[in-house]
Amino acid sequence: MESSKENLAVELQGVFKKYGDFVALKKIDLEIKDNEFFTLLGPSGCGKTTLLRVIAGFEEISEGTILLKGERIGDLPPNKRPINTVFQHYALFPHMTVEANVAFGMKMLGMSKAEVADRSRKMLEMVKLGDFAGRRPNQLSGGQQQRVALARAMAPGPQVLLLDEPLSALDLKLRHAMRVELKQLQMETGITFVFVTHDQEEALTMSDRIGVMDHGILQQVGTPHEIYEKPVNRFVADFIGETNIFDATISHVGDANCVCVLRNGSSVGCEAGSNPQVGAKCHLSIRPEGLEMSRANDEPRSLGGRVEQVVYLGTDTQYLIRIPSGELVTVRCQNTIADGVNYSTGDEVALKPRDGAARLLVD
Amino acid sequence: MALASRNIRKYPGFFSMTLLCMVLLYAPLAVVAAYSFNDSLSITRWGGFSFRWYLDVFFGLEADKFRDAAWNSLSIAFLAATASTIIATAASIGMVRGGEFRAKPASFALISLPLMVPEIVTAVATLIFFSAIGFVRGYATILVAHIVFCIPFAYLPIEARLRGIEGTFEEAAQDLYASRGQAFRFVLLPLMAPGIVAGYLLAFIISLDDFIITNFVKGAGIETLPTAIFGAVKQGIKPNILALSTLMLLISIGFVTISYFVSRKGVKPGGHGAPETT
Repeated sequence: MESSKENLAVELQGVFKKYGDFVALKKIDLEIKDNEFFTLLGPSGCGKTTLLRVIAGFEEISEGTILLKGERIGDLPPNKRPINTVFQHYALFPHMTVEANVAFGMKMLGMSKAEVADRSRKMLEMVKLGDFAGRRPNQLSGGQQQRVALARAMAPGPQVLLLDEPLSALDLKLRHAMRVELKQLQMETGITFVFVTHDQEEALTMSDRIGVMDHGILQQVGTPHEIYEKPVNRFVADFIGETNIFDATISHVGDANCVCVLRNGSSVGCEAGSNPQVGAKCHLSIRPEGLEMSRANDEPRSLGGRVEQVVYLGTDTQYLIRIPSGELVTVRCQNTIADGVNYSTGDEVALKPRDGAARLLVD
Repeated sequence: MALASRNIRKYPGFFSMTLLCMVLLYAPLAVVAAYSFNDSLSITRWGGFSFRWYLDVFFGLEADKFRDAAWNSLSIAFLAATASTIIATAASIGMVRGGEFRAKPASFALISLPLMVPEIVTAVATLIFFSAIGFVRGYATILVAHIVFCIPFAYLPIEARLRGIEGTFEEAAQDLYASRGQAFRFVLLPLMAPGIVAGYLLAFIISLDDFIITNFVKGAGIETLPTAIFGAVKQGIKPNILALSTLMLLISIGFVTISYFVSRKGVKPGGHGAPETT
């Protein structure tokens, strides 16, 4: 067990953060591994930025322990923690040149002048801004400022790099390009990245692991695949990607699987979550691509409805189906040449979850 | 039409009202400045152009008196502006960066109260206070009084500047291994500099110009320029007073101009203001 602890970069144990009566972080237990691209994902106000600021040292925690490479850092001020931050609006020092900005951290650490100059140049070259050393930050575009902020934060060689929604101020195209660059930079340098975002697409494409947060609670931690395919609760299922949530009742519990009955009486098999009880109310999450659609049949207990809207998305077509209970169900079908079946508004269709597509949610 | 109605120039009487205000404010100053070049003993009759009264200020009978007074005025203004700027900088950091504390509105009121209290009241109160504690009146009493009433003038531009500087700059500095002191010296202070310079110049000019409080607390045998001019005027206005007044006016205008440009200059501290594309 000890050996696995050794490659942890950051470890939080029972961390609470309270502002008066308001609890911003509720009992956070989290292990971030060395060399990992870890993302904290959640809606605004969920506590993800507070958690980042707690790791950086800008906020004192009310309870709990923070460890960096096994050492307690909870009582250290930010300047004593070998952790650097890329701020949301970069916070580049406007009265200094780009080079002086990048050199700042190394100078404060007391590195020699020659070393600082050498490393500043290398860092600026790494972010492809070698020719901009003498400029002021306000003479750079948003994307360039972003890269200066990255170079400045990485220059002192931190053990962990914290990134607070660094892409949110960029336009869409640049944001996509920076995702690739960030990921590459992380892999090249091997620095542990802790990335905060509210953009689930960003989180899914870049991260090794994701921690989904809501209301100050870490709802689920896992790889992008686990988070998307096996959400543990309704919030995670709803927040990551699109999904259809059905009310259901557990009718049969097996070893690894159980069967749930939807409100219209059709039964759906799914993987058993933690300790399911026969007769208990539950929710089922089925992704739009996890539903199979066919022409309506006479099978009485199948799930079905009327096509209400058809949206062509290029590679996919998305259908909104109104089911008898009045809810709308989203179904997405790939537009393949072989499968040339098309449905149009008003068609009666039957829906069937693909094998393993239904996910039992604890709430 | 919508545009025109918002244009204040279209209000009836706009031009005449403006003209009236400008004349009332500046005509007396213009007259003083013009007549300081009057080559005549009278201050009301024009006797040709000359610099004789300027020479009289520097080399005439009263030159020694004026020189001492000028030295007192300038040295007190320098010391009072320096001290009040330091205090005002510390106060603004406490007020802006100190978070919320219960006495905050009261503290702000205390800092800016001297701007509201009639100066004569401050003058009398200060005099009574110095007498009560047995502080012998002279250079030191003027200096102490000036430091105190200069604080709000230095405080306002400094506080306004600091309010515009995002706290993330200091956080970024500390994140990059700067101690609190280093974060202040290398990041906050340079960003605050335009506000500090503006506050300093304003305090300097307020101290240089002050008459009422100075006159109350100065004691016998020591004069600043305003009290010296007042003393000289009591025996009738001689044209050399016009020359001296014009010189003081020029110094004031010079300082206010510098203060204006310095507070406008400097890098905008907003942080992520519209970046230029390259």
